[in-house]
Amino acid sequence: MEKISRSEVLHVARLARLEFTPQEVEEFTHQLNRIIEYMDQLKELDTEGVEPTFHALAQTNVMRDDQAKPSLSQEEALANAPDRDERGFFRVPRIIQG
Amino acid sequence: MGEEEKLNMEGKASPVVTQTPQGRDPLKGGLKVDYEAVIGLEVHVQLKTNSKIFCPCSTEFGAPPNTHTCPVCQGMPGVLPVLNRKVVEYAIKAALALNCRINPISVFARKNYFYPDLPKGYQISQYELPLAEHGYLEIETSQGKRRIGITRIHMEEDAGKNVHGELGDPHSYVDLNRTGVPLIEIVSEPDIRTPEEARLYLQKLRTIMRYLGISDADMEKGEMRCDANISIRPKGEKRLGVKTELKNMNSFRHVQRALEYEIKRQHRILEEGGEIIQETLLWNPQLGVTETMRSKEEAHDYRYFPDPDLVPLKVSEAWLNEVRSTLPELPDEKKVRFMKSYSLSAYDAEVLISSREMADFYEEAVKAHPSNPKAIANWVMVELMGRLHAENKNIQNSPVSPQQVAQLVALIDRGTISGKMAKEVFAKTYQTGKDPQRIVEEEGLVQLSDESELEVIVERVLDEHPDEVKKYLAGKTKIVGFFVGQIMKATKGKANPQVVNKLLIRKLQERG
Repeated sequence: MEKISRSEVLHVARLARLEFTPQEVEEFTHQLNRIIEYMDQLKELDTEGVEPTFHALAQTNVMRDDQAKPSLSQEEALANAPDRDERGFFRVPRIIQG
Repeated sequence: MGEEEKLNMEGKASPVVTQTPQGRDPLKGGLKVDYEAVIGLEVHVQLKTNSKIFCPCSTEFGAPPNTHTCPVCQGMPGVLPVLNRKVVEYAIKAALALNCRINPISVFARKNYFYPDLPKGYQISQYELPLAEHGYLEIETSQGKRRIGITRIHMEEDAGKNVHGELGDPHSYVDLNRTGVPLIEIVSEPDIRTPEEARLYLQKLRTIMRYLGISDADMEKGEMRCDANISIRPKGEKRLGVKTELKNMNSFRHVQRALEYEIKRQHRILEEGGEIIQETLLWNPQLGVTETMRSKEEAHDYRYFPDPDLVPLKVSEAWLNEVRSTLPELPDEKKVRFMKSYSLSAYDAEVLISSREMADFYEEAVKAHPSNPKAIANWVMVELMGRLHAENKNIQNSPVSPQQVAQLVALIDRGTISGKMAKEVFAKTYQTGKDPQRIVEEEGLVQLSDESELEVIVERVLDEHPDEVKKYLAGKTKIVGFFVGQIMKATKGKANPQVVNKLLIRKLQERG
């Protein structure tokens, strides 16, 4: 029994705004299942009493003081914009109808 | 968020109705029964820091579009967010004030979705391990005190702002200045039963945020935003009905009206035997209705995972105590103290503690004239607030100082001026800012309390009105009011009413 179905792969692809050919869908379904199977091996370990790890680093509390510093200029901020308007907004396809 | 049902606040066990005698499931509707609403609120509060939550860009409101951004909040590849310590402090303050348990370790997570105001394609939030959980807030409803549970409080970043063009404009416009402004999200348990309770809960939250000084929490400015989950069920039923999610309620009034409308809408559907569809609805304040959100299909599949760019946050006992020591006296405690120390009614105390500034104003006035806190409360609440309210001002812009209110009450208490004269003096202080004492001196507004002086006037008035005297002696004692009026006229309102009354009765009886 496959752990991840074809429709789940399509669902995740849609959430990530990715388009695949039917062959790619087959291929990724297969690969993702192999990855999950590999993870299953870890389940064989006894993790009783082991705290979950949320981060690869053992560090905690990396913080900065609340001091505002200069930002990019509007021109710099918009330099990579695919489209902008003269007021300094990013211009995108209309989000809501109407 | 878990929506499992809890015991109701009074701890009473309600009878569980799962099947009606007709064998119908009441949650499926089609029955004439009493329904109750089950409401949970998700509130976002913008924190008043100088810089954003993960980068040093300014949080200043109202700057030209896209002038407060940097590679971090723009979501450029290869940048690293660094947590603003003040955001954590503020969030801890809120959590303590809302009686939450602070998790010793909390973790930031990525909430993945695509929207033009979210440049990274994910929002940094907290998911599995939020900063705080299991708190509560108490509200004073017309039915008495209610405790509303708080499920969790977590920190997250705000998104940018979308501006939609005129009708027919095929574009929307994005300003990323707000991207990364710190927010806390406060999620309530589904403990709220009426739109009134929802409004009171929000108002109480706002008051607490302002007391803490962590946010102005003005809904109309978007500093506090509220989404509601709402379902209805027959009274006594323990299971939950199908819920809808309401958005776009930008004031306390809108929240209350939207919930009222939604309860009626769901009620009508169930009574007609229909089914509630789980969906997101937008409140339309112009039409006064809730409408299905017509934007592109909402995924609601956020694939949260711990953000590898941010290390876990540890809140030590020492840090917690440090923050706790900076907490101000909170509204509930202040109210109890006001009632005790100043012998105020619950209502008066509630009004006076509604903002920290108002409470401070009141206490400063009491400090200047400690013997009559009740009278000071009345002057502040009636005369001062009445005038401020009429001019759309708040206590911070009061032209009358706390010391002036105290001085005015002292003048009445010493018998220098009557309550009636005091109202005029107050009006003049309000207009000119002059001390009441000075106005009294300048206008010669001293009350006439000297008995021998007043006796002469009383005698003269009685002599001038022999018919009225006869009527009084014949038992029409109400006519005393007429004599008081005459004496006030003769003294231009300066006569001390207590002394006048005493003298009048004595002199009238002497003529009997």
